[in-house]
Amino acid sequence: MSAIQITSESLKNIMSDPETVVTGKPLTAVAAVEKSKPGEGWRHRIGQMAGNTVKWLIPPALGLALFIGLWALVSQTSPQLPGPLKTWDSAVALFSDPFYNNGPNDQGIGWNILASLQRVGIGFGMAALLGIPLGFMIGRFQFLSAMMSPIISLLRPVSPLAWLPIGLLVFKAANPAAIWVIFISAIWPMIINTAVGVNRIPPDYMNVAKVLNLSEWKIFTRILFPAVLPYMMTGIRLSIGVAWLVIVAAEMLTGGVGLGFWVWDEWNNLNVEHIIIAIFVVGIVGLLLEQALVLMAKRFSYE
Amino acid sequence: MEKYVQVENVRMVFNTKKGPFVALRDINLNIAQGEFIALIGHSGCGKSTLLNLVAGLTLPSDGALLCAGREIAGPGPERGVVFQNHSLLPWLTCFENVYLAVERVFGRDESKASLKERTHEALALVGLSHAEHRHPHEISGGMKQRVGIARALSMQPKVLLLDEPFGALDALTRAHLQDELMKITAETRSTVVMVTHDVDEAVLLSDRIVMLTNGPAATIGEILAVDLPRPRDRLALANEAKYHEYRGAVLDFLYRRQLRPAA
Repeated sequence: MSAIQITSESLKNIMSDPETVVTGKPLTAVAAVEKSKPGEGWRHRIGQMAGNTVKWLIPPALGLALFIGLWALVSQTSPQLPGPLKTWDSAVALFSDPFYNNGPNDQGIGWNILASLQRVGIGFGMAALLGIPLGFMIGRFQFLSAMMSPIISLLRPVSPLAWLPIGLLVFKAANPAAIWVIFISAIWPMIINTAVGVNRIPPDYMNVAKVLNLSEWKIFTRILFPAVLPYMMTGIRLSIGVAWLVIVAAEMLTGGVGLGFWVWDEWNNLNVEHIIIAIFVVGIVGLLLEQALVLMAKRFSYE
Repeated sequence: MEKYVQVENVRMVFNTKKGPFVALRDINLNIAQGEFIALIGHSGCGKSTLLNLVAGLTLPSDGALLCAGREIAGPGPERGVVFQNHSLLPWLTCFENVYLAVERVFGRDESKASLKERTHEALALVGLSHAEHRHPHEISGGMKQRVGIARALSMQPKVLLLDEPFGALDALTRAHLQDELMKITAETRSTVVMVTHDVDEAVLLSDRIVMLTNGPAATIGEILAVDLPRPRDRLALANEAKYHEYRGAVLDFLYRRQLRPAA
């Protein structure tokens, strides 16, 4: 309908103004006709997308609402536990100035998060630097695998915090000891997953390597590494999960700046709102780390 | 007849948990240069084992294999292998998959441009120039198998070894690729050993059909020389009495003399 109107209108224009007959006006009319159709399609598609988003959003929103409702209910019955609103107000105040620094025992939430992330980054990075190559070697050489397997089986189930005293003893300082705990708890999934990945390389790929007579370097760069990458990414994801889990506990014991220490400090101040905020912050940062790695893993999957 | 590939008194024993398993025994076979040989037999008869022995992927427990007068001690670029399930590396494009082989064989003596040229040529030979930059998961099964063939051919092997290369494909694609393979081998005059369980494929393509008895301890039961003029045309052959005679002979061997009891 509208398309026809446009053409008849422009026709009138053309008739009333004879000079434009040869030039642009009829062309613009045609363009308008063509445009009107995809415009409707677009609107329809946007509507559909919005509908899908709403459908997709409803269950999680409902879950969160239920959780907050329960929390509000519990906080009504127990006066020490702050409710959602009180916690929200406190969080707004806290995050309005995340980077203040009033000496080592009183710093903004931003500094605490960064301090924890830094420890996790260093410990996790060292674990990756050592664990991934070790995993490759264990996967590739049967002898090394047999040699390492008793050590790994023995040490892997040990609770990460049990390593803290050893760290304190060896490094004689709290910060390296916390990093050491992250390192030792993050290294196992990376070793094990990388080794499993190397073992699970389809024999076809190794036959290709044999038939083509590839050099060890080419085998590593063209077959071993890309084939193991998805397994490695799983190991890295598990490791970062463990590392982030452990850092809070380790910092509670070692002190300094960091989310774990902050939780403990606020417990001593009996500032329960801040403890709840800390729980959310730990959860959200952990979630973000995980999601970032899932995205990275997707980037490296081939089929 | 010139002996190009020689298999002499080969015996293959695998050590399994239940003790030694004799897969092949007393295999004697001479293959002339430019000859097309089909290995046929029921599944589990050791035809792929024999092919792997010629490829050098496994070494015989007893006996000797020679290629061009030299003992086969391992895989080598003069023997190109096309695997049953294409075995392309999924993280490399079709071009890169073939280039990997070209680079290995010719990388020492030739410039990068000439290596690339060889890769383009190999892919053009199998009619895949348009799919060079696609990854294996983006192309059809028949195309993947063609890349596998291009990879093997790009190394300019003296012997082309095919392990049921068209087994996983639908009948139409298979027929198409069989025709292409005939054209390519006629052009390159390669010596070919092909494992198959398709009687029509064996008769259509080969100069000789090597029929294996049932395992364990399989051996060569009969060798049938296929005396049909080349180039062969599958439609013309359908009306050829000789074609049906050969076909009947292979079927007779497989389903009367070597029928597996309740397999």
